[in-house]
Amino acid sequence: MNEFAASLAARAFRLGRRVFSRPRIDLPLAVGLLILALMGLTVLYSASNLDTGTLAGQATRFVIGAVLMIAISRIPPNLLRAWTPWFYAIGVLLLVVVKVLGEGQGANRWLDIGLIRFQPSELMKLAMPMMIAWYLHPRPLPPRWRDLFITLVLIAIPAFLIFKQPDLGTALLVAASGLFVLFLAGLQWWKIGAATVAAAAAGPIALHFMHGYQRQRIVTFLHPESDPLGSGWHILQSMIAVGSGGILGKGFNQGTQSKLEFLPEHTTDFIFAVLGEEFGLVGVLALLAVYAFIVGRCLWIAANARDTWSRLVAGAFALAFMVYVIVNGGMISGLLPVVGVPLPLVSYGGTSAITLLAGFGVVMSIHAHRKWTP
Amino acid sequence: MNGRGELKDERERRARFGRRALAGFAIMLALVMVVAGRFVYLQVYEHAEYSTRAKANRVRLTHLAPPRGLIYDREGKLLADNVPAFRLDVVPDQVKHMDAMLERLSAVVPLTDDDIRRFKQSLKQHRSFEAVPLKFHLTESERDRFAIDQWQFPGVSISPYLTRNYPYGPAFAHVIGYVGRIDDKELQHLDPDKYAGSTHIGKTGIEKEYEDLLHGTPGYEVVEVNANQRPLRVLQQVAAKPGRNLYLTIDERLQQATIDAFAGQTGAAVAIDPRNGNVLAMVTVPSFDPNLFVNGISRADYSALLDDEEKPLLNRAMRGGYPPGSTVKPFLGLGGLELGLRTATDTVLSTGTWYIPGSSRGYRDDTRYGAGNVNLVQAITQSVNTYFYSLAYKMGIGKFDQWMAKFGFGRPTGIDLPDETGGVLPSPEWKRKTFRQPWYPGETVIAGIGQGYWMVTPLQMAHALATLAGGGLSHTPHLLAATSDGLGKPEIPSRQPAPVQITHDPADLAVVRQGMLGVVYNPAGTAYAAGIGKGFPYLIAGKTGTAERYSRTTEAYNTNKNLAYLAARHRAWFICYAPADHPQIAIAVALEHGAWGGSAAAPIARKMLDQWLADTPPSERPPIPVTAVASPPATSSPTTP
Repeated sequence: MNEFAASLAARAFRLGRRVFSRPRIDLPLAVGLLILALMGLTVLYSASNLDTGTLAGQATRFVIGAVLMIAISRIPPNLLRAWTPWFYAIGVLLLVVVKVLGEGQGANRWLDIGLIRFQPSELMKLAMPMMIAWYLHPRPLPPRWRDLFITLVLIAIPAFLIFKQPDLGTALLVAASGLFVLFLAGLQWWKIGAATVAAAAAGPIALHFMHGYQRQRIVTFLHPESDPLGSGWHILQSMIAVGSGGILGKGFNQGTQSKLEFLPEHTTDFIFAVLGEEFGLVGVLALLAVYAFIVGRCLWIAANARDTWSRLVAGAFALAFMVYVIVNGGMISGLLPVVGVPLPLVSYGGTSAITLLAGFGVVMSIHAHRKWTP
Repeated sequence: MNGRGELKDERERRARFGRRALAGFAIMLALVMVVAGRFVYLQVYEHAEYSTRAKANRVRLTHLAPPRGLIYDREGKLLADNVPAFRLDVVPDQVKHMDAMLERLSAVVPLTDDDIRRFKQSLKQHRSFEAVPLKFHLTESERDRFAIDQWQFPGVSISPYLTRNYPYGPAFAHVIGYVGRIDDKELQHLDPDKYAGSTHIGKTGIEKEYEDLLHGTPGYEVVEVNANQRPLRVLQQVAAKPGRNLYLTIDERLQQATIDAFAGQTGAAVAIDPRNGNVLAMVTVPSFDPNLFVNGISRADYSALLDDEEKPLLNRAMRGGYPPGSTVKPFLGLGGLELGLRTATDTVLSTGTWYIPGSSRGYRDDTRYGAGNVNLVQAITQSVNTYFYSLAYKMGIGKFDQWMAKFGFGRPTGIDLPDETGGVLPSPEWKRKTFRQPWYPGETVIAGIGQGYWMVTPLQMAHALATLAGGGLSHTPHLLAATSDGLGKPEIPSRQPAPVQITHDPADLAVVRQGMLGVVYNPAGTAYAAGIGKGFPYLIAGKTGTAERYSRTTEAYNTNKNLAYLAARHRAWFICYAPADHPQIAIAVALEHGAWGGSAAAPIARKMLDQWLADTPPSERPPIPVTAVASPPATSSPTTP
C-alpha cells in the first residue's frame, strides 16, 4: 500500500518536473495567455452581473483547456501532423452530423454528446490550418495551380458546411485560417491581389444567396441609424457603451449599458463593449496589446520551427487568432457588420476557449520540439 | 532530391516564411491600429456625445400629477373630494397589434367607441413608451376580470389614480360644476409643463373658474429604467404640489333646505348676504349628478339629460332668464324717490286701467276696478300696476334704464362662475340692435311692471335685492371665501371689487322697506295669504312677482280662472330679505310653473329663512374659516348680527 502510494507520488513528481522543470511549455506565451484569461474572467464576472456560476463555468473551461494545452504540447509535431487528416475528416463529419441532427436556436451549430455540448465549427478553426499545412508541406512552394485548386476545395468544404448552418462569420473565419496557410506558404502577391478583387466582385452575388437575417445584418451595418430600435439597436447600443466609457471607463461593475440590458449578448459576442464601457480606452488598449503580444510570440515560434508544416500551422493559427480579435473589435465599435464572432478567450463559451487553448498547445508543441528533426 | 538540395530548399522556405510572417504580422498590427483608432475616436472624441446618450438611455422623467385642491362649504363640509380609483393604462410600444388587442380586451373590460376614440387621440400626444389611459374608473368586477386575463395583454395594466368625487351629487352640480377629461381643444391652450401627467380639468362651475388654484403644480420623478423600459429605481423625486383647497361662502345646509323646499318643482333660488355679497345658496332644480361627467358620461346618460323636458343641465340660477314681473316695483319705486319724481306721500289713482295721456290703449291693474288712491308703500304692498305705469312713463326709458342698471340688471353680476348671462334690461338701444325696430312709449310703461322684453336671472335678482337690502351698497356676488394649502393659514382672495353705493337717502330705502313689509304682514299684501311671516322671529321684507308673456291688448288678459293654463305660462317670483331692520340674507326664488308668486314661491323663501335664521340662530353658526372676504366698508362677518 505504502509502496503504491509512494510510486504514485513519485510519478506525480516526475510529471510535474517534466511539465515545469523542463520548459516544454513556452513561458512568455503561457504568461500572455494567463494575463488574457484573468482579464477575460474579470470582465465576464462584471458582464454576468457578478454571477459566480458563470465565472466558475468559464474558469473550469480554462482549466480543462490548459490541461489539454499542456498535454498536446507534449506530443511531437510529427505525430500531430500524422493525425491531421483524421482530425480534419472528423471535423467535416461532425459538421455534416450537426447539419443533419444538430440543435440550436434557428441555426444548427451545436452538437450535444452527453456531457458536453460543442460547436464543430470551432474545431474547424484549428483543423483547417493543420489540414492545409499538411497538404502543402511535402509539395513545392509556392503552391502550383493544381495544389492551389485542391487546397481551395479543402477550404471550401467545411466553410460551405458552416455557412449553411448558417453561420457566415465563422465560415469566413474558418476559410481565412486556411487561406492564411496559403499566404504564409508564399502564394504570389499577384494571385492574392487577383483573388481579393474577385472576392469583392463576388460580394453582391453572395448577398443573393444569404439568409434573410444575414443580409439584414449587412444592410444594418451600412445604415445603423436607419433602424435604431431594430437590428441597428445592437450596433448603436454597443457604440454607446464603448463611447460612454471614455478614457478610464466607468469602473468595474459600473457599466449602465450592460447592467441595464441595453447591450445585447453582453457575456458573449459583445463582451468587448463591456470592457470598453467599464475600463475605458486604457482597458481596450491593454487588451489589444496582450493579444498582439500573444500573436507576435506565436509568429516568432513559427519562424523558428524546424519544418514547413509546423511553421505554417503556428503562423496561420496566430494570424487567424488576431483576425478574431480584429473582427470582434470592429463589430462592437461599429466598423464591421454584426457577425457572431466571439472575442477569443474573453467571451463566455466553452468550445471556443477549449479549442483555442488546444491550438496554443499545438504551437507549444512546435516550440518544445523545435530542435527535433524529422 | 539530394540532401543538399533539400537543405537549400528548406532554407529558402524558411526565409520566405519569415518574410511572409513579418508581412502578415504587419498587416495584423495595422488592422489592430485601425480598431484601436476607432476606439480612440469613440472613447475620446465622441465620449461626451455617447455619455449623454447612455444617460438618456437609462433615465426617464415621469410626471406626477398634483392632487386637485378640495372644495369646502362655509362650514368646512367637503363638496368636492378626491377618491382613489383604478384605470386601465396601455403602453403603446409594448402592444404589437393595437386594434386586435383592443378588440380582445373589450371582451374582458367593456370599451365604448368613445373610450377607443379618446384613447387613439391621446396616443398621438404621448411618446410610445408612455402609459396612455384607456378607461377610467374601473368597476370592481372589471378590475377582477382583467386581473385574471392580464397575462394575455402585455403592455396593459391597471393603475391607481385619484378621481374627483362630489359627495352631494346634484345639490351643487350647478355651483361646483365638474371636472372631465382634457379634450383636444383644451390641450392646445394648456401649459404642457403644468398639465404633464394630468388627465382632468375643470369643465364648469367653480372647478373651471378656479382651475388655476385647484390644479396645483406637477412633480416629477427621475427614474432609472432598463432596456425594456422597466423602472428600476428612483434617482430623484420632486413631489407634486397639491392644488389649493377652496372654502366657499355657500352653506350646504341652506342649499339642501332650499332644494327640499322646491319639492321637485322646476326653478331656481339664490341667497346672498347683503352685507358682503357672499352667496349663501344657489339652487337650480332639477339638477344632475356631476359624478357622471368626471370619467366620461355614457351616451345613454347624456342623451337622457339632454332629452329631459325640464332641462336639468340648464343652470337656471345664473343662465335662466325670466321676466321679473312685479319684483321690479320696489326698485322702480325707490328710483322715483331718489330721482325726485315722486315723494313717499304722492298718490296715484288706480281705476283698473291706465292710459298713456292722449292714447286710448289701456294697461290693466290686477284688480278689476283698481285699488283707488295709493302711495308708494301701498303700491308695493298691493302691487298696484297703475302706480308704476305712470312712474315709468314719467321717468322715461332713458332714466329708467340708467337707474335699473345700477342694480345690475341687463349685465352679468360678475359672480366668480363662468358663463353667466346678463339677462335683458329693455332699452331703445337694445331693441334697435336686436330687432332693428324703434321703441314705443307703451314698452316703457310695461317695463315698469317688469314685463315686455325684460329678462332677469335669479342671481341678478338676488344681487339687486341684496343691494336694496344692504342700504344701497352693491357688492359683487361671489362664492370664494378663502383658499388654503391645507397646512398654513387660509388666505383671503383679493379679487373682490370694492362695493359701490348707489343710493343717496336712507329714508327712501325705509319707505320701500315699509312697502315690502306690507307685502308680507299687511292683509292687503300680495304674500299675506301665504302666511310666510307667521311664527318667524324676524321681520321679513318681500315682494311677489308673476310674470307672463304679457299681451298689451286688454282682451287677451286673463284673470286667474284657469290655474293650469296660467301655471304653464307664468313665472312666479318671490324676493325677500330678513331681518328687515338689519338684513343678513336676501333671497330670490323663481318658479317656472308657479301660478302666483305669493302662493307658490313665497313658502320656499320662508323655508330658506327658517334654515338660515330661525333653525340655527346666526349667533350659533360656526364662523366661516376666514374673517372677511370683501374689501371695506362691508367687512363684518356673517356671524355678527
